[in-house]
Amino acid sequence: MPKPSADTGGSRPDAVALYRTMRMIRRFEERCIALVKAGEIVGGIHPYIGQEAVAAGVCAALRPDDVITSTHRGHGHVLAKGADLNRMTAELMGRTTGLNKGRGGSMHAADVGLGILGANGIVGAGAPIATGAAWAAARAGADRVAVSFFGDGAVSQGVVLESLNLASLWRLPVLFVCENNGYSSTATVADMVAGTIVGRAVAFGIPAETVDGMDAEAVAAVARKHAERARAGGGPAFLECATYRFDAHHTWEHRSFVRYRTPEQVDEGRRRDPVRIQGERIPDAERARVDDEVEAALEEAVRFALDSPKPDPADALDHLYATGLRPRAGVSTHA
Amino acid sequence: MPKLGYLTALTRALGDELERDPGVCVFGEDIRVGVANVTKGLVQRFGPERIVDTPLSEQAFTSFATGAALSGHRPVIEFQIPSLMFLVFEQIANQAHKFSLMTGGQVKVPVTYLVPGSGSRTGWAGQHSDQPYSLFAHVGLKTVVPSGPADAYGLMVSAIRDDDPVVVLTPAASSMTFESVNLAELAPLPLGVGHVVRPGADVTVVAVGQFVGQAVEVAEELADEVSVEVFDPRTVYPFDWQGLAASVRRTGRLVVIDDSNRFCGLGAEVVAVAAEEMRLLAPPRRITRPDGAVLPFALELDRAAQPHRDQLVTAIQQVCKEGR
Repeated sequence: MPKPSADTGGSRPDAVALYRTMRMIRRFEERCIALVKAGEIVGGIHPYIGQEAVAAGVCAALRPDDVITSTHRGHGHVLAKGADLNRMTAELMGRTTGLNKGRGGSMHAADVGLGILGANGIVGAGAPIATGAAWAAARAGADRVAVSFFGDGAVSQGVVLESLNLASLWRLPVLFVCENNGYSSTATVADMVAGTIVGRAVAFGIPAETVDGMDAEAVAAVARKHAERARAGGGPAFLECATYRFDAHHTWEHRSFVRYRTPEQVDEGRRRDPVRIQGERIPDAERARVDDEVEAALEEAVRFALDSPKPDPADALDHLYATGLRPRAGVSTHA
Repeated sequence: MPKLGYLTALTRALGDELERDPGVCVFGEDIRVGVANVTKGLVQRFGPERIVDTPLSEQAFTSFATGAALSGHRPVIEFQIPSLMFLVFEQIANQAHKFSLMTGGQVKVPVTYLVPGSGSRTGWAGQHSDQPYSLFAHVGLKTVVPSGPADAYGLMVSAIRDDDPVVVLTPAASSMTFESVNLAELAPLPLGVGHVVRPGADVTVVAVGQFVGQAVEVAEELADEVSVEVFDPRTVYPFDWQGLAASVRRTGRLVVIDDSNRFCGLGAEVVAVAAEEMRLLAPPRRITRPDGAVLPFALELDRAAQPHRDQLVTAIQQVCKEGR
């Protein structure tokens, strides 16, 4: 455990930093849901509410030069890895000041300079990308690690299982982080996953463990242990973080009538709130200060996004090619 | 001058680029022994760290290459079977190709996807005989189909050096072709630039891959009755529309021979653009595989479902009769 330090009022600095990250993600998501309802974010989002301890805990174990791949439910990972809040907000609102200049949105937010290789719209698709990035790190003799975040639904994707094989075969420094939030979209894990989740990793000879995904410090400790092992050449590891999705699979659910869990089940799932758990580990006054800082930062971020320019429709296919190749327009020219 | 074989040209291109750029690496199945006759000898020269035999996990190693590319490498992937491109379409079309735009230009993904032996291999039946270049062109992947050894060298080198993902589909029917070349003059060929292989005055034949050589032969056969110009786009996407337009301005007639299925294939696009943007003296003609074709096994059936030079002869004669 880190030593207490005077300037944080005697609490552990890790605890405060973790709480700040989680509170930021929680309030960011709540704000985004409101922005979806207000029509300021189009297309909706996959809220990360309830799972904050996973992103915050894992990313607390990472260095700036480590890389991550994320998921359709990726806001938490992107923010925890250090993305600028203003630019993240602007991205979701489709502004040119966004991380991706408004070209990616919620499901593709990326900041490659910070090692964030992108949220991804296809379940499991980040696993082989992270594995390849880990290979590149090992080839370069660097002790970087790559983290692939994915949900419990992804353990049924062949490409994830193929990646486990590659990573183990070549002892690559990659952490596979499965966020088991209980549901792949509307289906329960029990209905969709045969065997066990960690059993898949074990079958490939990868050390795997299940951790309380509602406890950020527990997640951070396990992630740090495996990251250090991977940095030292020990190969991949697999973490199943047991968590719960408090809100919708997608904000579309707020307007639809799909019923796959009862309000009572949700209430039961919400009884262990990772943000509250972490908040109770720090002094009340400090928590209040962090909360105020988060609110101020969010106010500023939303204002920044609203004040930022929308893209010019003429630029719709900018960046399609890294080489600058311009595609033909959709309307014919005439001889 | 020495004779350069088509596959040897690909090997030479890979070797030269591996030599020139330490970021180049090759992934694929059985590439250390070189089952496809393209990567033979590379592991001895460049080591198993750069010439990487992979498990049979096409989807994973295709995106694995994307991850390596995002980390500064310039990977080449060899696929043993053209139809595997359907399996990895997600990883190429939906991941690698989209990263540049979706990230707002933060990244480049310089991966080359090489299929030596695309199209019919004669008798390899339904799941080994596709020629999917139109599919990649449709989604916007840079796609090249070299028609001969020198082109194979030049286009392969450019594909590897290009900062975007590039699909290189080399026809099985061209694999055993040879060309007299001065090896010192082998050079990169720019992507997106076609060329007139044989000049003519009466009709432009757009031919791709193995059909370039066949079109030239047909042109020679018909030389007494009609003057045929053969245009090889070299790159299917981006297509050299200016080059084609210049040719059609001279000839006013157009025939396309294309190893795609007819519907939404390259031939359809060439004919559509010519109809919209070029002045034609006669309706253009296409020779393609049938709509939605699956190549059957028996030799007679396999051949029946592919474009044939006799069809090309007929199409040229028909289009030249009209509009006089």
